[in-house]
Order: sequence, then C-alpha cells, then structure tokens
Amino acid sequence: MNIILVGGGKLVYFLTKEFTRQGATATTVINLYPDQAQALARETSARVIVGDGSDPLVLQAAGAYQADVLVALTDKDDVNLVTCQIAQHQYSVPRTIALVNDPGFRQVFEQLGVTVTFSATQILAHLIEERIGFEAIQSLIPIAGGKVQMTEVILSAHSPALGKSLQTLGLPEGVLVGCIIRQESVIVPRGNTTLHQGDRLVLLIQAGQEATGLDQLLAPET
Amino acid sequence: MARTQYIVIIGCGRLGATLANRLSPLGHSVVVVDRSEAAFRGLSSGFGGFQIIGDAGELSVLKQASIHKADALLAVTGEDTLNLMVAQVAQSVFQVEQVLARVFDPSRETIYRTLDIATISPTTLAADQFMAQLHPQPSHSAP
Repeated sequence: MNIILVGGGKLVYFLTKEFTRQGATATTVINLYPDQAQALARETSARVIVGDGSDPLVLQAAGAYQADVLVALTDKDDVNLVTCQIAQHQYSVPRTIALVNDPGFRQVFEQLGVTVTFSATQILAHLIEERIGFEAIQSLIPIAGGKVQMTEVILSAHSPALGKSLQTLGLPEGVLVGCIIRQESVIVPRGNTTLHQGDRLVLLIQAGQEATGLDQLLAPET
Repeated sequence: MARTQYIVIIGCGRLGATLANRLSPLGHSVVVVDRSEAAFRGLSSGFGGFQIIGDAGELSVLKQASIHKADALLAVTGEDTLNLMVAQVAQSVFQVEQVLARVFDPSRETIYRTLDIATISPTTLAADQFMAQLHPQPSHSAP
C-alpha cells in the first residue's frame, strides 16, 4: 500500500515508524520545513519531500497518482482540506483522511469530500468527560451514529449488584449485558447468572439510558 | 449590484481593504474579517462597515460575521488554502449566493474551477495582461 503523510511532529514520525514496521507499505512524507524533513529522512525509512502538501506539483512529486491513502495532519485545517481535495480530484487518491483542529469543521469536511475526518480535541474531550462522569466505566464506543453505546463496567466492592442475578437486578429495557468477563473466562450471561466483585460487564446501552441504566451496577457516588 | 447587499470580506490586506473601501460608499453593508487588528488601518475614512478581528479558519469567527445572512463573500486573504476553505464553507454550508476566492496558484485555480468554486487568480490575470502587451494582435487568454 502507498501512503502519503502530510505534516510533521511526533505524530508523523511515529506513524511513519509504525507503517514501516508493518512492512507492507511505502510511506512518503511531505513536510514544509527542511530541517524537520531532514530529521525524518534520517530517522525513518520513509521517502521525504520538502514542500507544501496543498501544492499540486508537490503532491505529484510525492507520487500522488500511485497513492492509496493520503493523511493530512498539519495544524492548519485549510491546508488539510485543500490537500485532501486536490489529492482526490486531481490525482484520484481513493482514500483521504484529515485531522480537523476546529471540531466544528468535521462534518463540513466530510460533506466537502474528505473520506475520514478526526478531531483530537473531540476525542480527548470525550475521554475526559467519561472519566469524570463514571470512574468505573472503561470505554464508550458509539455504534449506529451514537444510538447505541458499547460500554465496559467493572463492578467494585460497593456495587449494589453483587450477589444478585441478572433477573433480579431489574436493568431497564434499553440496557443489555452482552457478556461478563470474570478473571480470564468469558461468560455469556443468562437470567440466573449472578454477579461478582471485579466482574467486567460489557453492556449495550441505548442512547438516553446511560444515567439510569447504570445505577443498579455502580456504587453510589460519594 | 443595484440593491444594497450584505458583503463579507475575508482578509483586509491590500485587496481586501481596496474592495471594502470601494463597496462601502456604494451603500452596501460590508463586514471585514482579519486576524490582525493592524490590517484595518488600510480602510479609508469613507468606510462605514464593520470590522471583526479573528481567524477565518475558525467556524465561530465565520458565524460571528453572520455569513449565513451574506449575499456575497469575498475570500481574499494571502493564503490560497484559507480562501478556498472559507469559500467552500460559505457556499455549501451557509448557502451564500455569490462566493469568490482569490487563488494565487493557477494550478489550484484550475482544480477548483472544476469543483464549481468561483476563483480569481491574480497570477493568471497578470500573465494575460503581459501577454496582451507583448502580442497585441491575437487576443490571448489563459486556458
């Protein structure tokens, strides 16, 4: 696979190393600054080109015609957008990925043709909000555009659910226990399965049920 | 442009200020956006519009300029990429009727023409003028 990375910094450096380690990819990096480009060329096995990724001629020199993916990771949203669009329309790069610094532009960029956008701000804000809300919740993965959340909950010593069976627990309708991870084993739960301290419950929760659905499982907030 | 229009100008450099100074006395309602306060010194005393200090690369700044109400948006900062982004956001998100972006690089201009973004390239315009002066007989124009 041919990948073009546009940008610099640690993110591009470690991504390049990661792709090279996986072996199957040819990575080309486009970086605006000669000193950064030199360091990248010295420390990784990527092909490095000095230039502006949003310049069609630079993209061409980077082999955009042969690229399978272009990832634009600069700290300027306009450069990332224009780079992706030129790659797509001029050089028919099938897949473009843009870092979006201003989270407000995420949808807009996808509407304007970028294949995938991601916002570091949004990802971090989500992680932090989750942690503050529920200490025992491990991860929230939105499914079906956020209509369902997949969540992992660890039952603490103070959980009101200890010793109860799923039947008697009375979880609301929008909450389903998909499986229970107890030590090393995975249990597919039935109605009579009882819950132990330290159990990791993988839950599917319908939007809107997050707060009420977890009351029966989590220790009361102190 | 007989009736009074609400026109947003992104970038108050030489071109942005010139446009603002010409449009404002015609009775149009003009808002100029630039990230540097010093840039507004280019506005003449006849300019009766509004000034917004902010980076047009942020959605909130564009909203502050009420571009959803704009009849026209002129993206004339010194950066092609910023002009192209703002023009597209204005056109496809805020449905601004008339959008124009200045693009210095003629090869970028060609690409965005095909994407239905109206662009003006000073480079191409100047080249056309030079060619016209050099070869006055057959009128030349860029492809």
